[in-house]
Amino acid sequence: MDIKLREIEYRYAAGTPFERSAIADVTFDIPSGQYVAIIGHTGSGKSTVLQHLNVLLKPLKGEVQIGNRTVSSGRKEKNLKDVRRRVGIVFQFPEHQLFEETVEKDICFGPMNFGVMEEDAKKRARAAIQLVGLPEEVLGKSPFDLSGGQMRRVAIAGVLAMKPDVLVLDEPTAGLDPRGRQDMMDMFAKLQKENGMTCVLVTHSMEDAARYADTIVIMHKGRVFRTGAARDIFSDAGSLTDVGLDVPETVRFQRLFEQRLGRPLGKVCLTPEELAAEVGRLRGEQS
Amino acid sequence: MMEKLIIGRYLPADSVVHGMDPRAKLLFIFIFVLIIFLANNPVTYTLLGAFTLFAVFLSKVKLRFLVNGLKPVLILILFTFLLHVFFTKEGDMIARIGFLTIYEGGVIKGVFISLRFFLLIFVTSLLTLTTPPISVTDGIESLFGPLRKIKVPVHELALMMSISLRFIPTLLDETDKIMKAQMARGADFSSGSIPDRVKAVIPLLIPLFVSAFKRAEELAVAMEARGYKGSEGRTKYRLLHWSLRDTMAMLLLGALSAALFMLRS
Repeated sequence: MDIKLREIEYRYAAGTPFERSAIADVTFDIPSGQYVAIIGHTGSGKSTVLQHLNVLLKPLKGEVQIGNRTVSSGRKEKNLKDVRRRVGIVFQFPEHQLFEETVEKDICFGPMNFGVMEEDAKKRARAAIQLVGLPEEVLGKSPFDLSGGQMRRVAIAGVLAMKPDVLVLDEPTAGLDPRGRQDMMDMFAKLQKENGMTCVLVTHSMEDAARYADTIVIMHKGRVFRTGAARDIFSDAGSLTDVGLDVPETVRFQRLFEQRLGRPLGKVCLTPEELAAEVGRLRGEQS
Repeated sequence: MMEKLIIGRYLPADSVVHGMDPRAKLLFIFIFVLIIFLANNPVTYTLLGAFTLFAVFLSKVKLRFLVNGLKPVLILILFTFLLHVFFTKEGDMIARIGFLTIYEGGVIKGVFISLRFFLLIFVTSLLTLTTPPISVTDGIESLFGPLRKIKVPVHELALMMSISLRFIPTLLDETDKIMKAQMARGADFSSGSIPDRVKAVIPLLIPLFVSAFKRAEELAVAMEARGYKGSEGRTKYRLLHWSLRDTMAMLLLGALSAALFMLRS
């Protein structure tokens, strides 16, 4: 399911003295099956854009096309359930949304809201808890007895159990330990590659954006600063620092390495693995 | 929805009213609320209204904004208005609708009571709109200071007040966030039967309570870590200054009260 944003604008508290512009003239596409990363400085409007993807917010100007449904200002939106089921959003610190007596019930909350029968929802809960790397015993526990990291995983499982077509992740790994981070990010990438799920990742981590995303959207002061393929975006360090961002560590290392070497490598490497291969090739050339 | 609520919000600006001592503002409002009840005829109400508008003008708060803020309480005002119109039996009869009769006195009283509401809300919103919550509590603490002599924990009460005021916007933000997260999971807060809606609030309330308790705990730990031990030997960072304009405001208020006394019938 493609999502298209067309010149959308949103202001908070419109019509009061507290009005402030959040985003303006935002246009970009999220093609079906792609992994799109939205990066930008704090307050650049990333989270506001996210909430337009499943009509939690309606644009004041412009329109959002979600599959074959068009959302624009002025029109009253009814029957949002289908959109909300197909676009699953994992908000920042999703562990704050847990409320049920047991983990199982909490994971079933989403699917059952969308009309899935209890038996089926429980099956989904078991599958989802495995996806996020927790043992099945957890299902019977209270979510409030778990550790922070486990709660995070349960909350993510709650969204995965909805089986969305588009998975939207707002800083899903902030505050997790490095190992858990990696597992989680790999799991999302796997879902995207193997199940054809569309992934939208909002992140501050240039490393994650470089490693996983096909397309990168840079937001700056409520507007889209640039969009492009990850490799193109990270080849241009200058414009990134202009908007308060930076290139991934790997790219920075590569730049320093190239300076020492006196000539550039074949391509901009986005992951340590790529860089190692490229450097290896260099050795092959020399000997 | 919550963005429209103006009660308890502070609107930073540079005006005579903003610059007043919070103690003066609190005293002013206290007395004003009392003397509103002196007004009982068109002249006195006009005087009060003019005075209020003058204060609004001085505060540089847009009148349109204050009027918008009235919307949530409009139903209450309308209700009391109608109550007076239908049930006060004074003066000449004006109309009869079915078993209800409307008397002139009722209409007048209804208008006056509604006006009284408007004035009360205007003036009290003006206080919160022009005074940061922290100054309000500073003012209250200072005004109630003498009660410390009879062992009333004035400082602690003021602290409790400022903490709760401080966390209103935080909790509203939190509510909004959790609501959106649950809506993204298919929760529906705005349709269905009454029992359904009550049930729909559970996924909102539980996380809200959990985080409020957590926040309280964290705040307590943070205060202890920084050596907080109540009012004992504590000096003030923000000092209150009673200036000429505060005295002027009180004098003006005194003049207004005197005028109301003379003009009321």
